[in-house]
Amino acid sequence: MPKTSYSKPSIGATGKTGSWRTFDPVINYKDCSKCRTCWLHCPEAVISLEDDGTPHIDYDYCKGCGICAQVCPRKCIDMVRKGTRDEEDTE
Amino acid sequence: MKTQLMSANYAAARAVVSARVEVVAAYPITPATTVPEQIALLSEKGIYKGEFIRVESEHSAMFACIGASSTGARAFTATSSNGLLLMDEALHWAAAARLPIVLANINRSVSPSWNIHVSHDDSMSKRDTGWIQFYVSSVDEFYHTLIQAFKLAEDERVLMPAMVNADGFVLSHTVSNYDHLDAEEVDKFLPPYEPPHWVMDPENPVAHGNIVFPEHYQEFRYGMHEGTKNSLKVYAEIEAEYKKIFGKYFGGPIEHYHCDDADYVLTSQGTIGAEARDAIDELREEGYKVGGARIRMYRPFPVDPIRELAKKVKGIASIDRSVSYGYGGPVANDIRASLYATDSRPLVKSYIGGLGGRDITVPDIKEILLDLVKTDESGEAGPEETWHDLR
Repeated sequence: MPKTSYSKPSIGATGKTGSWRTFDPVINYKDCSKCRTCWLHCPEAVISLEDDGTPHIDYDYCKGCGICAQVCPRKCIDMVRKGTRDEEDTE
Repeated sequence: MKTQLMSANYAAARAVVSARVEVVAAYPITPATTVPEQIALLSEKGIYKGEFIRVESEHSAMFACIGASSTGARAFTATSSNGLLLMDEALHWAAAARLPIVLANINRSVSPSWNIHVSHDDSMSKRDTGWIQFYVSSVDEFYHTLIQAFKLAEDERVLMPAMVNADGFVLSHTVSNYDHLDAEEVDKFLPPYEPPHWVMDPENPVAHGNIVFPEHYQEFRYGMHEGTKNSLKVYAEIEAEYKKIFGKYFGGPIEHYHCDDADYVLTSQGTIGAEARDAIDELREEGYKVGGARIRMYRPFPVDPIRELAKKVKGIASIDRSVSYGYGGPVANDIRASLYATDSRPLVKSYIGGLGGRDITVPDIKEILLDLVKTDESGEAGPEETWHDLR
């Protein structure tokens, strides 16, 4: 037992926090300009980029804060109530 | 070691230099002000070599100490009364993060009514924050207990922060002699702090203060309780070592004065315990077998020494310079509770007094002890608590 609680950098130190989400951010890839603004602002660093800048959200750890949708200059990220979206939308 | 003449607060500032403190973060409040003020002066002169951080509140002062201690720096602050109360959240944080910060609390009454003089209700209200608590009665004891407090707090078996309490004005601004140790001398006793548990280090990043679910939270609290309880044993070792190196000993968690053959004993915290010696001397001359037990360590509570004392005496008068509203003297209640499970339960009378800096002098202490004797001889328990000198 450690003396106090601390964690070392690792993925999911406190479990799959994506389960906390109420709304899922869904990227509309048709309108996405690959500007990386969402990637830059994500407080949980769960948005990864392909070489060409295409963003992908890791739903295992995204808490659904909605910051990416708020900052997206083209407003092409929708917040969709959990359980109502088609999973294939974002793959 | 050399003897100097100094106020308790100025001596505390010198303890910070002697202990090679690396970070001081403090906000001024009477009567603690002259501690950081003096450290600032020593810093200007290049005598204090650590960082001195001027913060905007006591809350920030303690959190700056928490940040410093998290990186492995030896950290210190000083405060009083409402300043200590403003720190409350951070006091709990420091203890739960197991950071061995040392705090000099210059006991002052809590406002309102506005009063800058001594009561112990500031520190007593911090009883359950997880801070080890000392109460001292002289300039010399204050200086050396601060140095010892770092060693105790930093011990791997303890790793809890420590608060050293000194009575406002009665002690803080009173000039007396103390034996000063240069940092080079203290080095023999107090090595640099090396965090044995966790550290904020950019080379090896960690996140602290994470979520801990119900499966584990309780275990961290148990660890804090164990660490605090260990401090009684560890402090005994520390005092033995300190005595061997510097010839200084202040009596363990309880300093006894003429207790060996005493029928009646006064327990007290802080300067009243020093004043009590004269009262006890006078009563002994008058034929009363009385003694004094000055409680130096309030958390952890020295349960075993209290039980040993109770085996020898007919009655205990506990004087509290604070009150737990609705349940009387906090120390008296702890004494009574620690005796409940034993067969030696002498009369324990609770006296509350000296609040707001009202003097408790030799005649007051004699009156209290004689009231204890009279009550015991009457065969009655007397009132549950007595407010001394209540107008």
